[in-house]
Amino acid sequence: MEGQEKLLEIHHLHKDYGNGAVLKDVSLDIHKGEVLVLIGPSGCGKSTFLRCMNGLEQIQSGEIRLDKEVITDPKTKWSEVRQKIGMVFQSYELFPHMTVINNILLGPLKVQKKEKKEAEKEAEQLLERVGLLDKKDAYPRQLSGGQKQRVAIVRALIMKPEILLFDEVTAALDPEMVREVLDVMLELAKEGSTMVIVTHEMQFARAVADRIVFLDGGEIVEMSAPEQFFTQPETERAKRFLDTLSFE
Amino acid sequence: MGVFYGRIEKLDTGFMAEYFPLYVEAAKLTFRLGMTGILISLVIGVVCSLAGYYHVPVLRQIAVVYVELSRNTPLLVQLFFLYFGLPKIGVMLSSEGCAVIGLSFLGGSYMAEALRSGLEAVEKGQMESALAIGLNRFQVMRYVIFPQALATSVPPLCANVIFLIKETSVFSVVALADLMYVAKDLIGLYYQTDEALLMLVISYLVLLLPISVAAGLIERRLRYAGFGD
Repeated sequence: MEGQEKLLEIHHLHKDYGNGAVLKDVSLDIHKGEVLVLIGPSGCGKSTFLRCMNGLEQIQSGEIRLDKEVITDPKTKWSEVRQKIGMVFQSYELFPHMTVINNILLGPLKVQKKEKKEAEKEAEQLLERVGLLDKKDAYPRQLSGGQKQRVAIVRALIMKPEILLFDEVTAALDPEMVREVLDVMLELAKEGSTMVIVTHEMQFARAVADRIVFLDGGEIVEMSAPEQFFTQPETERAKRFLDTLSFE
Repeated sequence: MGVFYGRIEKLDTGFMAEYFPLYVEAAKLTFRLGMTGILISLVIGVVCSLAGYYHVPVLRQIAVVYVELSRNTPLLVQLFFLYFGLPKIGVMLSSEGCAVIGLSFLGGSYMAEALRSGLEAVEKGQMESALAIGLNRFQVMRYVIFPQALATSVPPLCANVIFLIKETSVFSVVALADLMYVAKDLIGLYYQTDEALLMLVISYLVLLLPISVAAGLIERRLRYAGFGD
């Protein structure tokens, strides 16, 4: 990663809900093409951290830069920034009153003001890639969880974001549907997409990550390559966390 | 023991035919004023419910006070206030003006409450996922939140429309020749109570049944649960 261009720089981020800090002085650089996986016990602040990156959560102090530009300024035009930072949610959050294709086209047509024909072609290509072209006129409620999540990924992808945030995207899925979503993400990683992934799927984390960031109590406790993290964690807290996940 | 003092007589169809046009005119008036009031009610409802949804300072508190004031006073009293009260402080309104303002004042709060429940029913994550694709706050409301809220609110909104049309029956107190007024007038002039009241009932039914049926159709088409079924 050294020498790679920094895409997202987070400096001394502090987030507080009013009853104690959720994130304490967190700093992190994310490089172009990097896949970063955030793991840690529930309530450690990893989802909050992710949501700070695209302004869904307000921060109390610190700074985030995207392509060298500060995006945590009060004057930040979030609707512009968010086109560059796509996000996929745990509970899909597809728009239930729109068909799959219209879910996907809302951003390109209303935000980017693209031509409908062109956008539609792109949407269909992306749907084809995730194997859901035949569902383009279906409503979200007619889809399985895994299908919904793949549509949600397409909805984020069509904006051509520079970085993609995944917030526990398989946590709400039935086990047999987890794979189809992870496969899509693996493929994106192979293509060189920059991604920040919050997940509880440790095997997946190990397979997809360039770097693992272990968060606990609102702090980055450990940051290392996946092999190292999973085989020889440096800190006691990381060891304890990994121990709770195994049955040996 | 005579409990039933009325006499069953044949209806005077000649009388009914003669005065039928009065009812048609009155129905038109009722419909026109009712619809105007309902449209304004909807606008007030949208403004009040959004003020609450976005926690707009001041406007939100005004909306709360307004809703309580409006829902807890009868239209009859509101009309008296507009028609007899306001002139005392130098504000003169026409009968139609009073009727439309009164109905809108009453209806606005009902529409606001119907829309509020719809807005509250939309999942919180919808707002975030819409923001996440770069929509601005207005677009989020316009394309994502409001359509879903409206779909949920359709049944109470339709009920409000019917309720407000029925409420127009007190318009006669501000000297408007609405349906109720015509019926009372005919009874007073000719004592043809049966005929006058029968025509009154029929007029309201003719006015309201189509609205009721249309509301049912819209509900079925728009109902949130209906997407993709």
